[in-house]
Amino acid sequence: MKQSFFEIIENKPLTASVYKMVLAGDTSAITAPGQFVNIKLDGLFLRRPISVCDAEEGKLTLLYKVVGHGTEQMSQMQGGKLDILTGLGNGYDLSLAGDHPVFIGGGVGVPPMYMPVKMLRTMGKQVSVILGFNTKDEVFYEEEFRALGADVTVTTVDGSYGTKGFVTDALKDIDYTYFYTCGPEPMLKAVYRASGTSGQFSFEERMGCGFGACMGCSCKTVTGNKRICKEGPVLTKEDIIWEK
Amino acid sequence: MGEVNTKVTLCGIELDNPVIPASGTFGYGYEFAELYDINCLGTFSFKGTTKDARFGNPTPRIAECTAGMINAVGLQNPGVDKVIAEELPRLAQCFHKPVMANVSGFSVEDYAYTCARLDKEKQVGWLEVNVSCPNVHGGGMSFGTSPEAAAEVTAAVKKVTTKPVIIKLSPNVTDIVSIAKACEQAGADGISLINTMLGMRIDLRTKKPVIANTMGGFSGAAIFPVALRMVYQVAHAVKIPVVGMGGVSTAEDVIEMMLAGATAVEVGAANLVDPFASQKIVTDLPVVMEKYKINSLNEIIGGVK
Repeated sequence: MKQSFFEIIENKPLTASVYKMVLAGDTSAITAPGQFVNIKLDGLFLRRPISVCDAEEGKLTLLYKVVGHGTEQMSQMQGGKLDILTGLGNGYDLSLAGDHPVFIGGGVGVPPMYMPVKMLRTMGKQVSVILGFNTKDEVFYEEEFRALGADVTVTTVDGSYGTKGFVTDALKDIDYTYFYTCGPEPMLKAVYRASGTSGQFSFEERMGCGFGACMGCSCKTVTGNKRICKEGPVLTKEDIIWEK
Repeated sequence: MGEVNTKVTLCGIELDNPVIPASGTFGYGYEFAELYDINCLGTFSFKGTTKDARFGNPTPRIAECTAGMINAVGLQNPGVDKVIAEELPRLAQCFHKPVMANVSGFSVEDYAYTCARLDKEKQVGWLEVNVSCPNVHGGGMSFGTSPEAAAEVTAAVKKVTTKPVIIKLSPNVTDIVSIAKACEQAGADGISLINTMLGMRIDLRTKKPVIANTMGGFSGAAIFPVALRMVYQVAHAVKIPVVGMGGVSTAEDVIEMMLAGATAVEVGAANLVDPFASQKIVTDLPVVMEKYKINSLNEIIGGVK
């Protein structure tokens, strides 16, 4: 973990509620895809945890959905500096991907799929990606994933774009060795049931600190209590206990 | 600079400075030791420890507030046996000062058992006994809200330890002074206050409480004036040392707390927002002392009559 200041170099809407923010700063603490950062915003007490979409040397890309005061405030920012904790959480373990992994992102669970897909594509792996949305107007980052050379399927619940249905409907048609997923909990549960292999799930929870101190975001797992911010946000399929 | 004296003595143990990260905001120390040398602190109060392991309350158990936060963690901890077997040895590798052991319980016997176990640990300097956690049904709350029950816990713990016993009080009472006095009479070596204030938030989208448990403990900068007032009231009513806490975020806040009567000062929620908060306060203290022409912190304790 590292605390440092990042300069906002781009902040623009991708859809009516999802924004892309590109920041310049020290990304050296980001050691795995699927980690998150925690952002201090003026006038708000707690930091805001946001998943990392992409991190390169000196450059951090975040895609976030405006859902409350914090993300609303972020969406208004044009330039300026942000106090950010980087390198939080465990991230995805790509060593288990096998020859043909599939990445399943739903809604605002799409962003953390980008960096691991990019890394596996750089290694020359065949990668499938399923991006699930409610409707056509919500679709974002399809072209970016295609540009990585991944086999991309977009699903919309209302059928207004791509394949009609849920991500699990598209999953049936793919022959995969392992999966990685992030999205709303009902989607994660559906993927859990529908998947034919092992895989890794990225979870969300309301956090206090984001770095393991307050125990606010704990969950029970097969291998004991885990903090979503520290031993998570990524849990393996075998480790999950569905409580809610 | 360098001439000012930040040393204070808390229940017979000298501290390099009065800054103490509060229980529940600093884990068992080693997470923060990865960020900075935690030996710069006066000491710290470790995560509230109970007889048996606890997961705590269901999530969500954190809510944002204006200038503060609500938590309803519910004393998640691995239990005293595991704390002694695993957490304390790990801490010993990065912290070389006496640590404050924070203890909670659900019966007088629980408190006595956990304190007796920790009494044998050389690393432990003080026992800070939490009679006030507002999160646990049928537990901590009842002890801290009555002078008799708080005194009963104090007496039971004093019987099983030779270490200084500091009773940590809840602000969610009508007369905190009477409870502090009852603990003093029962043999407490110190009083720490305040624990979190009972609070609540509602999510307008779901029209339900943000916290799964409906209510939780409100902490952060917003509660500082209330905490300062209670520290002032208690410090002027008891002869034993008082550890002040509640919304402390800066070196200036530390000095205010000491002027109100605190011998040492705990820093809580600030650590969660800025992991370096306590270190910064330690660094800033001599600078702020110079600014306000304070040579020795010891001399300002209870300066406001």
